[in-house]
Amino acid sequence: MIYAAGVDVGSTQTKAIIINEKREIVARALTDTGANVTRAANKGFAEALLAAGLKREDVAYVVGTGYGRYKVTFGDAQITEISCHARGASFLFPNTRTVIDMGGQDAKGIHIGPDGDVKDFVMNDKCAAGTGRFLANAAEALSLSLDDIGEIAMRAKNPVRLTTVCTVFVESDIMSYLAQGKKVEDILGGVHSAIAARTISLVRRVGIEPEVTFTGGVSRNIGMVRGLEEKLGMKVNVSPDSHFVGALGAAIFALERALKASSEKHEATPAVAGAGPTA
Amino acid sequence: MAQAAEAVKTTYQGQMHLLQKDIMGRYYERLTRCAEQGDGKAVYMMISGNPVELALAFDLIPVYPEINALQLAVKKVCLPFIQKAEEMGYSMDNCAYVKADVGMFHSGRKTPFATIPLPSLILCNYVGCNVYLQWFEHLAEYSQGNLYNLDIPFLHGEFDEPSAADITYVVRQLEEVIEAMERLTGKKLDWAKFKRIVAISGETGELWAKIKALTQKTPSPFDAYFDSVTMMAPLYCLRGTEEGLRFFETALKEMEEKVELGMGPLPEERFRFVIEGPPPWPYLRQFRDLFSKWGAVAVASTYSTVGGLWEFGFKHDPNHPLESIAAHMLKWNLTNRSFLQRYEQIHRYVKEWHADALVIHSVKSCRLFSAGQGDMREHFTKDLGIPTLLVESDIEDPRYFSEAQMKNRIDAFFESLEHQKMLRESAPKGDAR
Repeated sequence: MIYAAGVDVGSTQTKAIIINEKREIVARALTDTGANVTRAANKGFAEALLAAGLKREDVAYVVGTGYGRYKVTFGDAQITEISCHARGASFLFPNTRTVIDMGGQDAKGIHIGPDGDVKDFVMNDKCAAGTGRFLANAAEALSLSLDDIGEIAMRAKNPVRLTTVCTVFVESDIMSYLAQGKKVEDILGGVHSAIAARTISLVRRVGIEPEVTFTGGVSRNIGMVRGLEEKLGMKVNVSPDSHFVGALGAAIFALERALKASSEKHEATPAVAGAGPTA
Repeated sequence: MAQAAEAVKTTYQGQMHLLQKDIMGRYYERLTRCAEQGDGKAVYMMISGNPVELALAFDLIPVYPEINALQLAVKKVCLPFIQKAEEMGYSMDNCAYVKADVGMFHSGRKTPFATIPLPSLILCNYVGCNVYLQWFEHLAEYSQGNLYNLDIPFLHGEFDEPSAADITYVVRQLEEVIEAMERLTGKKLDWAKFKRIVAISGETGELWAKIKALTQKTPSPFDAYFDSVTMMAPLYCLRGTEEGLRFFETALKEMEEKVELGMGPLPEERFRFVIEGPPPWPYLRQFRDLFSKWGAVAVASTYSTVGGLWEFGFKHDPNHPLESIAAHMLKWNLTNRSFLQRYEQIHRYVKEWHADALVIHSVKSCRLFSAGQGDMREHFTKDLGIPTLLVESDIEDPRYFSEAQMKNRIDAFFESLEHQKMLRESAPKGDAR
């Protein structure tokens, strides 16, 4: 059996996925990236190996992705998370044409073709408005867990209108609503709605074509899923593995390369020097 | 999807580069002599469509605050000057060229490349950028210098030509500039000398246009963005001089030789792109490497036409010197052109220079020329089907450059181009294999 792995070293969390040659996920691992990016990559991969009951040498090919992709020192190649998210999303939902990815510090929109290739993409620039960090700051300002705020936001009856989508100023905005006696669920409703609107206007630049698949850590937040669906007026695909999509895409790239290398090895005539992909 | 090598760097240093260092070194020595020994009189000008030919006819020394500001960024010394200007009250959002220059002005005008002389005349040719008006007004205030603002009508519409009235309007102002220079120098304009200088500018522009046409070849003999920068300094600082002309003769010869040999700036030219916007000067090398590793070569750039657009037929005419300077200011430089004309220019580059893609480098502290680039990206991607990448940092302020973000976008863009190229190449063509 051939195994391949993808390690997605994000700004906040590191995700690792191992798949077998039948493209079945055999292991997942999730760890905080922290200050030492190489250690996080190693740890994520080691945990995935452990979960799969595999040794390093059992994995034929490893692709690193995410901001820390060049720190995946044991990786065989690096591919940006834009390509990996596109590939992972179209693997999970083959009719995907638009990917909305919201991570710790990134929000991106990717327009993909029928074969899963990237046609166009946009990302937020040097500003964490509309990213996971914004939600984390909002949760912190309300002394809530990040995992709970989506559910709470769904209970909003009269969501507030946030005056800012600035990740830094959101706390003072929330404080002023609390001082006005607004309900926590209404404030969180406003937070989710503001971010959904901001993200959609970003993604509209590449064009929103169904089906839309939502990926990245924030896709685990049900309040954000509903917020996007309401504003888009269409269903949004979310998988339980949505936050692993980058790592999954990387693993699929890795598997393709491993299979290609293996088939070349098995060809009767030896390959001409220099033939085949450079990586 | 092929993986780009991590360390493809350009190492080419030709005769042209050595000569450039030499003549630019002498230009800056002249500025220092003027500043420190009072040798000559300096005139501050902006780059876009300036009347340097007039300044040279009066033996005035042209000084370009824009070039000084960008040199500070290239030498990685601009940040303390920017911060000094911010301490004085200049906003974070203000053009960072202005801030670096103002900070340097208030720090004894000393730079690692020259001491910048005080201006005897501040000559602002308003072409497109209204921030320059304020910049030059501030410099006039700080130096108590004489300010003359040329008012150049903006060129509207897609295929607009300046009207006869526009030309007359600018020529009349140039005549006022002549009077101002006569008062300043105490001598009359030597028309024969002036016409000779205009003729040299014409020849220089023509050589530059020939050099630029060479990047239509495959492989392109040089990078029309990163290597053009080497040629832009002499074009702007030394246009109208024999020295500048010699430089362009050498450069053309050298580039023609490279075409003959089939040599490009990179070991392999894998992608050809057109680029819009000035480079991130504080990180020029890093920025270039991000493209080089993908084998991506710029074959045309709008930035190299900020000072003048010669490749579409313009040439300074010694028989109509003032009128041709007026035409240069009105029509034949990038900054006085409307957005639709900029679209047209880029589109011609993509078609005639056989480019695969367009890259837009948007400048955070220049809202004037960056505003609308989102629409530009859409126009090229959606209306024309040309893959377009928009990245953002700054021309001068190193605080706006995030290498990780920049790398991510550039890598992703070329990954997808690489993938599409692979699909095209692997598409069945009759009985392949």
